[in-house]
Amino acid sequence: MSADIRISRGLDINLKGQAKKEVSQAVRSNTYAICPDDFHGVIPKVLAKLGTEVEAGSPLFYSKSNESIKFCSPVSGEVVDIVRGAKRKILAFKILADKEIRYKDFGSLNVGTSNSEQIKAYLLEAGCWPFIKQRPYDIVANPEQTPKSIFISGYNSAPLSSDLDYVLGGKQAELQAAVTALSKLTSGKVHVSFNSSSSPFAGLDHVQKHSLSGPHPIGNVSTQISQVDPINKGEIVWTVSAQDLVVIGNLILTGKYQPTRKIAVAGSSVKSPKYYEVTLGAEVSTFVYDAGLNSDNVRLINGNVLTGTTVAADGYLSATADTFTAIPEGDDYEFFGWNKPVFNKISYSRALTFSWLFPKKEYDLDTNTNGEHRAFVVTGNYEEVFPLDIYPMQLLKAFVYQDLDEMEKLGAYEIAPEDFALTEFVCVSKQNHQDIVRKGLDLMHKEIG
Amino acid sequence: MSLKNKLHDLKEHYKGKKMAPAFNAIHTFLYAPNEVTHKGSHIRGVDDLKRTMNMVILAMVPCLIWGIFNAGFQHYTAVQGAAAPAFTSFVDHLQYFFTWDNFILGATKVVPILVVSYLVGLVVEFIFAVIKGHEVEEGYLVTGMLVPLIVPVDIPLWMLAVAVVFGVVIGKEVFGGTGMNILNPALTIRAFLFFAYPTWMSGDKVWVHDAVARTGTADAISGETVLGMLAQKKELSYSIAEAFFGYIPGSIGETSTLLCILGAAILIFTKIASWRIILSGVLGALAMGTIFNGVIDQGWITEGSKFYALMSLPAWQHLVIGGFAFGITFMATDPVSGAQTNKGKYWYGFLIGFFAIMIRVFNPAYPEGIMLAILLMNVFAPTIDHYVVQGNVKRRLKRLKVKTA
Repeated sequence: MSADIRISRGLDINLKGQAKKEVSQAVRSNTYAICPDDFHGVIPKVLAKLGTEVEAGSPLFYSKSNESIKFCSPVSGEVVDIVRGAKRKILAFKILADKEIRYKDFGSLNVGTSNSEQIKAYLLEAGCWPFIKQRPYDIVANPEQTPKSIFISGYNSAPLSSDLDYVLGGKQAELQAAVTALSKLTSGKVHVSFNSSSSPFAGLDHVQKHSLSGPHPIGNVSTQISQVDPINKGEIVWTVSAQDLVVIGNLILTGKYQPTRKIAVAGSSVKSPKYYEVTLGAEVSTFVYDAGLNSDNVRLINGNVLTGTTVAADGYLSATADTFTAIPEGDDYEFFGWNKPVFNKISYSRALTFSWLFPKKEYDLDTNTNGEHRAFVVTGNYEEVFPLDIYPMQLLKAFVYQDLDEMEKLGAYEIAPEDFALTEFVCVSKQNHQDIVRKGLDLMHKEIG
Repeated sequence: MSLKNKLHDLKEHYKGKKMAPAFNAIHTFLYAPNEVTHKGSHIRGVDDLKRTMNMVILAMVPCLIWGIFNAGFQHYTAVQGAAAPAFTSFVDHLQYFFTWDNFILGATKVVPILVVSYLVGLVVEFIFAVIKGHEVEEGYLVTGMLVPLIVPVDIPLWMLAVAVVFGVVIGKEVFGGTGMNILNPALTIRAFLFFAYPTWMSGDKVWVHDAVARTGTADAISGETVLGMLAQKKELSYSIAEAFFGYIPGSIGETSTLLCILGAAILIFTKIASWRIILSGVLGALAMGTIFNGVIDQGWITEGSKFYALMSLPAWQHLVIGGFAFGITFMATDPVSGAQTNKGKYWYGFLIGFFAIMIRVFNPAYPEGIMLAILLMNVFAPTIDHYVVQGNVKRRLKRLKVKTA
């Protein structure tokens, strides 16, 4: 019994460098790093001081807003560095990994007989809680609340992102354990969505299934929430990413916190794009150089090209990434770039741009903005790639002029920054939509709570 | 060292200085900048504001070329008087139209107007950019092209310069520049000219080169537009086909409905102009025209009325004469001053068409309604958007109520 979610407004961006379906084991990483900034809005309080010996699953820090939310070490070893930035803000916890990983044993959980309080306490203790995010505001969920429903997207529609059907193959047991546990935390249902019948999600019980069809952002949870069970003022919905669900499931079945997963290492700058089995927080260099880079001038991205964050070559895999992308930097001038006909880049319009002629072609896009920042001028183009029943430009403007009342009325509770990735892509004025949305949501969270 | 590197060094040299926006405006005109994404999406679409504005200009080029030849053509036709060749068909008439004489005369009149429009406008833009420290924005590239196309051919250049300064400063810069203005700057310029120098902007003399200078002499020629004739209830000396193809006097670039349709096709195909505004604008004009035709059919207005000629004109012919086609294609579709929501665009366009024909019929002193109709709806566009957006807000509130009830 599955209900359909269809959209027509959106945009599929075909890029070169799709990961081949073969898995390599990443080289063993010497150090691991967990960055509190990967969990938006969390202010870390140190639990594992410098020099502490930790096991995989031992807490490194907790959230200032709720001390029961703990963030755990992905491996065993010694905390060798706590990197601090301006105003002594903690940027990262670095752990020198043991050769043989020792796991802290949390004991497996019998989800059938546990109640919601037990499940919550279990997930909080084992450091799996930060994987659960909440709407509104797109932040780590508050364990004291009960959401009206929980959404899990089993389909990545963003360009070059991991194929979940592939990476989650054989993980049904973990997924089932996790969704069963989650189903006890909500007053409503757990909704999962997928776009093919071979998806590992298709066979799950205790969930409401939805099949997806349409262009990106069909895989974004906001798109699915808006069609199934839209968020109203005062309501809370939780979301968990599919890969994180496996970590939760694995914990429930084995009692170990083992955040290892397959990620797609993709992008036109990668010589042999394919999947790597890595542990969260690993050094980026442990797999990037194995896959190979075409040039030195590349942008490495934790995540996909639309929503990921830039990372240096000596940086670490983000605690939330399920894709890693490398594309060329576009820091060069282009002679008459603003008026000559363009064949090698993607455009939403047809203004002497010809990508509309080749819908199947794979493009090699770089990080150039293709123009300068301007005020909002063109209207009507955001709506064409924005499937929610929200006026995107009006909401963005409300965020810019910080009118809380307008934000609320225009639907700010229903969205996350990632929903504005496509409007940002097509934006003629080169505004940074996701940044505007993130700042606006933070303001709302601070003022309204 | 290549030009690219030299310019890059210059850019670094100017960075943070007062003149940086002025230099960057010229630099980015030659080279698309080397800026990379820092926040949010790492890749961006290829369209920027320059490309968008450039397409609008390209769509207007046919109108400009036609306007140049037409300036000469109308002059010589008027001078020849009855000896001028009669209109038979579009193609046959082209031989009298695309002539060297027409081009020379037209170019000597139109090119200076074009140059003054761009020069004065861009100087004002540069000054404001340098004072306020923002980049020179592309809005004036389109305005500067629109202005020559919507003024009479004999307009004194100083008058145009004054109007451009007024239009850019009061119409746009005081609101914060491109993207912030309430009124369409090109129409602000035209409205300023119309109200400040009415004798140069309307009447039966200004539309053909030399007609004003020859007034009262033995060589006097007429320079009336089709609309002027209808408003004066004179005998029409042009067929509707001539008006459609553009062999008529009028503002420089707006006479040819055919080329306006071509421009509209380009803009709609490239997804730059809103087809919603254009379509509903045409429907609005047809609606008003049909109502007037109905009034005539009912016999409520008789031939004695001064409105009779314009009211009895078949509704579809209103689309062809005057500046309607040009205005609805190139000025009503301005995204900044127009309605911004898709639903709002239908209303906005429809009301422009509706009011354009109404003003045209009821305002015999100035028988062209499209300018005032667009300016009027520019002012009401935020109101239209407000109600459309409120619809969305109410839907959201209703969803909440159903839940809690």
